[in-house]
Amino acid sequence: MSLRITFITAARILRQLLNDKRTIALILAVPALIIALISAIMDASPQMFDRVGLILLAVFPFTIMFLLTSITMQRERTAGTLERLMTTPTAKMDLVGGYAIAFGVCAAAQTGVAAAVAYLWLDLDTVGSAWMVAFIAIVTSVFGMALGLLVSAFAATEFQAVQFMPVLIVPQIFLCGLIWPREEMAGWLQGVSDALPLTYSVKALQQVQTSSELTAELWGDLGIVAGAVVVATVLGAATLRRRTG
Amino acid sequence: MPPDNPAVVVEHLVVERGGRTVLLDVSTAIPAGSVTGLLGPSGSGKTTLIRSIVGTQKVKSGTVTVLGEPAGSKPLRNRVAYVTQDASIYPDLSVKSNVAYFASLYGRSRKEAMSAIDAVGMHDHANQLAGNLSGGQKTRTSLACALVCEPEVLVLDEPTVGLDPVIREELWSQFRDLASAGRTLLVSSHVMDEADRCDRLLLVREGRFIADDTPAQLRASTGTDNLEDAFLHLIRELERTS
Repeated sequence: MSLRITFITAARILRQLLNDKRTIALILAVPALIIALISAIMDASPQMFDRVGLILLAVFPFTIMFLLTSITMQRERTAGTLERLMTTPTAKMDLVGGYAIAFGVCAAAQTGVAAAVAYLWLDLDTVGSAWMVAFIAIVTSVFGMALGLLVSAFAATEFQAVQFMPVLIVPQIFLCGLIWPREEMAGWLQGVSDALPLTYSVKALQQVQTSSELTAELWGDLGIVAGAVVVATVLGAATLRRRTG
Repeated sequence: MPPDNPAVVVEHLVVERGGRTVLLDVSTAIPAGSVTGLLGPSGSGKTTLIRSIVGTQKVKSGTVTVLGEPAGSKPLRNRVAYVTQDASIYPDLSVKSNVAYFASLYGRSRKEAMSAIDAVGMHDHANQLAGNLSGGQKTRTSLACALVCEPEVLVLDEPTVGLDPVIREELWSQFRDLASAGRTLLVSSHVMDEADRCDRLLLVREGRFIADDTPAQLRASTGTDNLEDAFLHLIRELERTS
């Protein structure tokens, strides 16, 4: 693995995205607009918005990074560029690392815009700092990226890649505590929820909501998400094959 | 007769794809500093052989050695370049960005990328998005991405399909120049009129080599004066004996 090639790869992926102005506009604007919509819907209950809007700040970039990565990587596999890259000095981890950096930058930009709109314009209120919220959201979207990378190996077409979203992303969103408090779910569902990494992002966010202290529990929750990133990335890299049948 | 200093040595190579044996125990040696034509109908195993040489094909048995190293091994990744049949470039990047990307992977400069673009006659399209190019222009861009690494071994899978005859001519003279400079080229094609431009020909049919010789010797041994007839002769002879 070479840091130089990893950064070259990240720069290439970012350049590809930058050449697609519409995608850039959608990446930057959509999560902010959706959060604004939620805020308008919950106009009568600002406390409700503080809870839901905060979670959406992490859930949206997570979902979008999953989609972007799974489709881009799936294209790389089917267009023959992956096979070509495997004949160059590019190591598998260079490619995966390049994707992580490029989409990490995207996620940071997206979260930055959405968080700015939520805090400055929509009066989102948390006891802890907005920077911590943004940090949690970025780690979460890097997890989305890693899942997308992994899924691209199992999708023969872009069409299939998109359909992995309801399989891998939607259950995490439903069970993370966004649409229903986890404590009120059936025991076995809580068990499932405990096994899903997104749950720990939400737990971390909820702690920032009520406290400005950076507790060991908060770091522990973030550590679980970061661990999930590592596992998914390593599994994703393992699905990249230099030799195929 | 095997060449004195082969750049590529294939020994008893067997490849299976999807439960079907695509290459059945083939062996050959490709001489360094030459252009070898790999000819045969589509589905005969040309691409599979090429992928085995660049090290992206799983092989069942046999060995492929390139420049003295096992095919696809790390030391070869700066020395062997592969141009796939469908141009493997990024449609959402400009010609310049595509070539500059591959250049930097090989540790080459932007200037070298520009001269590779010039070499394939894409100078005037350097800023165009690759996705908006014609088929031939895409192929040439893909070729530039390989040329930029100044490979010792250049493997090209049907690089001239759908190209303008003038450009085809230019490319072939470029291949010749590269070979004169000591580089080894393996060029697959399914059109016989390109066979005469090669130093050596490998004819593949149904996963086997049915000829491995120079064009002149092929004509002589089959008693024909054009290569198309020579190949037909070989195929008929093979069918008669089997």
